[in-house]
Amino acid sequence: MPLPPLPTDAIAIGVHVADWRGAVSAAGDALERSGSTSHEYTKRMIGVIDEFGAYVVIAPGLALAHARPGPDVHTEGLSVVTLAEPVAFGHPHNDPVSVVLGLAVTSGDEHVLLVAELANVFNDPHVIPALAAASDVDSIRALLGVTAPAEEL
Amino acid sequence: MKIVALCGVGIGTSAILKVNAERALARLEIEADVTATDVAGVQKVGFDAQVILTSSELVEAIGKTNADVIVIENYFDVDELVAKLETALG
Repeated sequence: MPLPPLPTDAIAIGVHVADWRGAVSAAGDALERSGSTSHEYTKRMIGVIDEFGAYVVIAPGLALAHARPGPDVHTEGLSVVTLAEPVAFGHPHNDPVSVVLGLAVTSGDEHVLLVAELANVFNDPHVIPALAAASDVDSIRALLGVTAPAEEL
Repeated sequence: MKIVALCGVGIGTSAILKVNAERALARLEIEADVTATDVAGVQKVGFDAQVILTSSELVEAIGKTNADVIVIENYFDVDELVAKLETALG
């Protein structure tokens, strides 16, 4: 099962941020722009890291920002943000982060297929540096093996 | 055998860890149930687990456990999972 189509609004390339909060906010902004979430969800993603630390940096250079399902999640969504300058999240091995994925799901069970496909994509270690270096949305989509939504074609 | 994949909120990162742990176990030909859970649920879900997989950030949050706690650095690196699970279970 491929990942769902990724709207241009859910992608931000070469974003300038000062710190990890800015990086997670950018991933949240992209989820909001694409209609997946409201701003409260972005605040909750930051809250997860405030509470539990930088464990969301799950691979070298990559953070998977996320929070629990909630009323601020309208539809399941994924966003992709690449940073102009990598930032530290405070992870002992995987800092600095240059790619932030924002993940929003509406229930704990339904996202398993989505996550399994994310794992398929990122089991290739070349994908994270290639995403970080990508300069346009089509390259990002190609690396993730996703299409644009029908209304953008 | 029971293995727990732990993250802060029990979705997203722990689900990725679960998927790749299952791939590693298949490669090792070890049969085990892998359950994703969150910090709030780990004592209940993990009380009879042999192994808890997690990030270094969350080790302290587990509290007392009889399980082997394995810290995974790269959740997408199935080779790392294979090596660490083989050491813990072998």
